[in-house]
Amino acid sequence: MQANSDALDLVAISKRFGAATALEAASLRVRRGTVHALLGENGAGKTTLMRVAFGSIRPDAGQVLVHGRQVELRSPAQAIAAGIGMVHQHFTLVPEMTVAENIALGGHGRLRLGDVEAAIRDISARTGFDLDPAARVETLPVGAQQRVEIAKALARRASILIMDEPTAVLAPAEVDDLLRWLRQFAADGNTAILITHKLHEALDVAVDVTVLRRGRVVHTGSAATATAASLTTAMLGSRMESVAVPERPSDATMSTVVFRAERLVVRDSHGVARVRDASFVIRTHEIVGVAAIEGSGQQELLRALAGRQRIDGGTLERPAHVGFVPEDRQGKALLLDRALVENIALRDAGERRGLLRWRALRERTASLMAAYDVRAPNEASVARTLSGGNQQKLVLAREIEGENPPAAIVLENPTRGLDVRAAAEVHARLRAARDRGTAVVVYSGDLDEVLALSTRVFVMRVGSVREVAQDRETVGRAMLGLDR
Amino acid sequence: MIELLTPFLAATIRTATPLALAASGEVLVERAGLINIGLEGAILAGAFGALAGASLWGVPAGFAGAVVGGLVIAALFAICVIGLRTDQIITGTVLTLLSMGATGTLYRTMFGAAGAGLTIPTSLPVSIPGLSRIPILGPSLFEQPTITYVAFLLGPCSAWWLAHTHAGLALRAIGERPEAAEAAGIPIDRFRVLVLLVGGALGGLAGGTLVLAQVGTFAEGMSAGRGFIAIAIVVLGRWNPLGVMLGATMFGAASAMQFAFQAMGWHAPYQLFLVAPYLLTLAALAGAVGRARAPAALGKPPS
Amino acid sequence: MIPGLVGVVLVRLRSVGYALLSIVAIVALTALLVSLGGYDVVRALRALWLGSVGSPYALTSATLVRAVPLALTGCAVAIAFRAGVFNIGAEGQLLVGAAGATAIALAVPPLGVGALLLALMAGAAAGAAWAGIAAFLRTRFGVLEVISTIMLNFVALYGVSYVVRGPLQEPTHAYPQTASIAQAVRLPLLPGGGRLHVGLVVAVIVIAVAGWAMRHTAAGFRVLAVGESPAAAASAGLIDTRAVSTGAFIVSGAIAGLAGAVEVLGVTYALYENLSPGYGYTAIAVALLAGLDPWRVSLAALLFAALEAGAGAMQRDAGVPATLVATIEALIVLAVIAFQAQRARRTADAGIVGTMQIPRG
Repeated sequence: MQANSDALDLVAISKRFGAATALEAASLRVRRGTVHALLGENGAGKTTLMRVAFGSIRPDAGQVLVHGRQVELRSPAQAIAAGIGMVHQHFTLVPEMTVAENIALGGHGRLRLGDVEAAIRDISARTGFDLDPAARVETLPVGAQQRVEIAKALARRASILIMDEPTAVLAPAEVDDLLRWLRQFAADGNTAILITHKLHEALDVAVDVTVLRRGRVVHTGSAATATAASLTTAMLGSRMESVAVPERPSDATMSTVVFRAERLVVRDSHGVARVRDASFVIRTHEIVGVAAIEGSGQQELLRALAGRQRIDGGTLERPAHVGFVPEDRQGKALLLDRALVENIALRDAGERRGLLRWRALRERTASLMAAYDVRAPNEASVARTLSGGNQQKLVLAREIEGENPPAAIVLENPTRGLDVRAAAEVHARLRAARDRGTAVVVYSGDLDEVLALSTRVFVMRVGSVREVAQDRETVGRAMLGLDR
Repeated sequence: MIELLTPFLAATIRTATPLALAASGEVLVERAGLINIGLEGAILAGAFGALAGASLWGVPAGFAGAVVGGLVIAALFAICVIGLRTDQIITGTVLTLLSMGATGTLYRTMFGAAGAGLTIPTSLPVSIPGLSRIPILGPSLFEQPTITYVAFLLGPCSAWWLAHTHAGLALRAIGERPEAAEAAGIPIDRFRVLVLLVGGALGGLAGGTLVLAQVGTFAEGMSAGRGFIAIAIVVLGRWNPLGVMLGATMFGAASAMQFAFQAMGWHAPYQLFLVAPYLLTLAALAGAVGRARAPAALGKPPS
Repeated sequence: MIPGLVGVVLVRLRSVGYALLSIVAIVALTALLVSLGGYDVVRALRALWLGSVGSPYALTSATLVRAVPLALTGCAVAIAFRAGVFNIGAEGQLLVGAAGATAIALAVPPLGVGALLLALMAGAAAGAAWAGIAAFLRTRFGVLEVISTIMLNFVALYGVSYVVRGPLQEPTHAYPQTASIAQAVRLPLLPGGGRLHVGLVVAVIVIAVAGWAMRHTAAGFRVLAVGESPAAAASAGLIDTRAVSTGAFIVSGAIAGLAGAVEVLGVTYALYENLSPGYGYTAIAVALLAGLDPWRVSLAALLFAALEAGAGAMQRDAGVPATLVATIEALIVLAVIAFQAQRARRTADAGIVGTMQIPRG
């Protein structure tokens, strides 16, 4: 009897990626005609769980039931056929094409854009979306692009709609519209799953709430009985669990300024200001942790500090040499088809003159490999043949241990993909670099890591930067925008 | 002056035909995000196929042979680039070298020593009733071999196909955002292989046209860079099949100038005329780039 | 010291093994295709042997004389490809270099070594300038260098055709070629009585310098990094990728131009239309077979030069079309790039096993 009222049932789903567990026996029951909020921090497993439901990730274990019937979803196409639609955080639209073309994509035979446009007008009328079928998607604001994604799912007759962080990209008024629409969509007999880390949205719109932490379901129940405080505790874990021992700020008398930003503005490739009027100072002998939810402008800030992106306003004083460990290590930090020693030689290759001393570089590579426990046959091994974790350690070694210790190091998610021991080693390296006087700036999606490492914490939210007290709850609330 | 116009226009259309054929195929290939530098090799293989087919069984077999020749090169390209994920540019270049060597070898093996002026049956002009009587334009535009009409119908046909079929839409999506096309359930590799084969077949027909409708014989290396000019025409035509028709006609006109100038008794080094299409290509590319937008995924390695 | 030496020897041995494998594959393929074509296989292979390396004369005057321009242009292509620049224009750069060298050699008073060096430099400069046009079009307008260099090949071809019938035609105006270059400005012949000339030494020096520079200089390493991954070169190495690729393009053109100069000053002693039997195109196959390594380019050039020298003999003695070798070269190179792509994919797949691909969420 219960099964009939469930739109989607995920039973004991487990999924591992290499050595890391993404989901562990996670179960989710979504009742038909409701909005269900799926809460959790970055990396808690929310998106992975929903990709299992959408057929784009095959689980290692567990079952998926749609409207009470067990199904095996091998591809998104099968999920779509089962009536499931998903709006990804990063849209899967063709920006160069019109709204109608995007919605028509994937069909067969004659393309009658007139029919597609009629269907879009019909969806527009039903949903209240104001969609111009002839508009090119790249000319639309993000909110409208999101409505196109929703319309795409509806045009394929989705009755279960999964939305991954839909409000992260929206303006406040648009958020209200979307949430109102989701409520109405569910009231019409459909089902919506809202992946979010914003508590008030979940409490505002959802009937049921499930919280994931580190791949496990830690809370599930009615939204009516939940409070912001109870959900925060569920999401962030109890304070007992926190291993963070906040570092004491170092003696200010022995430190000098390394970075000084005054009303700094950095724009992305679309010209959107991602860092807005940021002013701060970062000194020697400190580790500044940056905490932020995805897309708050931290990428642009870090790139600007590292000298890898030009600034568009304000001033930024920075040292000439800054070590940089980018998020995309394979694409931006490594020559994958070259030897490890050549990857070490890449550092400062732009300004090196004259000859390369390969023997010295080989020795240096060997010592870095030993020091950072990079597991590879020897320094002539090709970078691509290393595991992701070892590639990462190589990059960290190169950037942290400059030939002359760099004045500053900037890192994005420095321990993502490393096991606990390797991560602890990296932390020790960063602390050692700080003790030598290096200014360290680190962003991590893992709040515990930020708190464990930092002497000071900056929270970025919608492009603005401010320093907050190093308290787990304070930082967590500031990231989510709950403290104002 | 006016009496030169008819031969000038006729020469324009004649020289434009193979370029229009080859570029019509390449424009579809590029809309799917690929660049087939091996087009030059496909044209040459098509020319040889046309010779082999026509010398054995006549003109229709010649065109069939041309298609087969182009398909062989395109199939090799597809196997390497789509199947084995080799670099597109390098593969296309090597396939052009292969085609040069293989057609030369086969020609000398099958038809004796190089240079023997072998003539074969050619495709005769077909007059379009009525239209061919239009003064000046009629004899130049409407008394052409059938393949010319086919070539110039390809532009509007593929423009319609791109705009009005789901397959055309899918092809365009693949060239812009392969990952979005994949998310929409489109089999990217299958589309790309098919469009490469179509491009190869049309490249082969272009070579066949050179042999069967223009020169009447085969010469080693007779494609003479037309494959590369066709790729430039795609850029010039802004990746639009109709623009490609215009671009091919423009190149035809540039080549036809030499006949006109010679007929007018204009004395200039003849190399200047021979070199004009290549210089024009360079100028066109420098001028066209920046104003036109290429498919976003053009030339990126398939993942 | 000792392990380093062993390493060097091992790497060299691997190159030699690679070359031997290529030779076996080429001979087998030749035998196969020759028999498919209905020719006498034994006779053809015997001719191939005798025409290429079967006699001291064949080895020096046929094979090595051809190997010189192939090695130089192969080295030129390898440097450009290494930087991610698809310079298909070695043929045009060679022709322009030949024209430039001829013009200087005919114009300057024949003052021996000085004039000779000037002519060689003129060839290199002309080749560099010719590549520079394509490099400019690439950086300024984003014109695909594959297309522009091919177009410039044709322009160079017709340009040579024009100058040997116009401004540089020999005094009697009877033949489409330039006057003969004075003895004093020619590259001296090497002892042995054959056609082999000092250009061989020039080629060896250029390859040695290029191979050394690619391996041991910071600039060479930048070329490699940019060709491998422009994004990583710019982000991790803070390299000006555009300057590096333009520089490599121009150096590549200079070496191809030098090849043209060496050819006119050492072999033909005059400029004429069919000066190059497509050296600049074969050079692409040479460079790819050599895995874009200058040292291996010399081996691949030797191999293809022997093949082409032998092809002439095969055509004379067994009636096998000489163009067969172009087919074989292309097939071998196709096999090599397919094999390399497969190997890269396998290591990539192996690498993914340990890679974290956790979606955010």
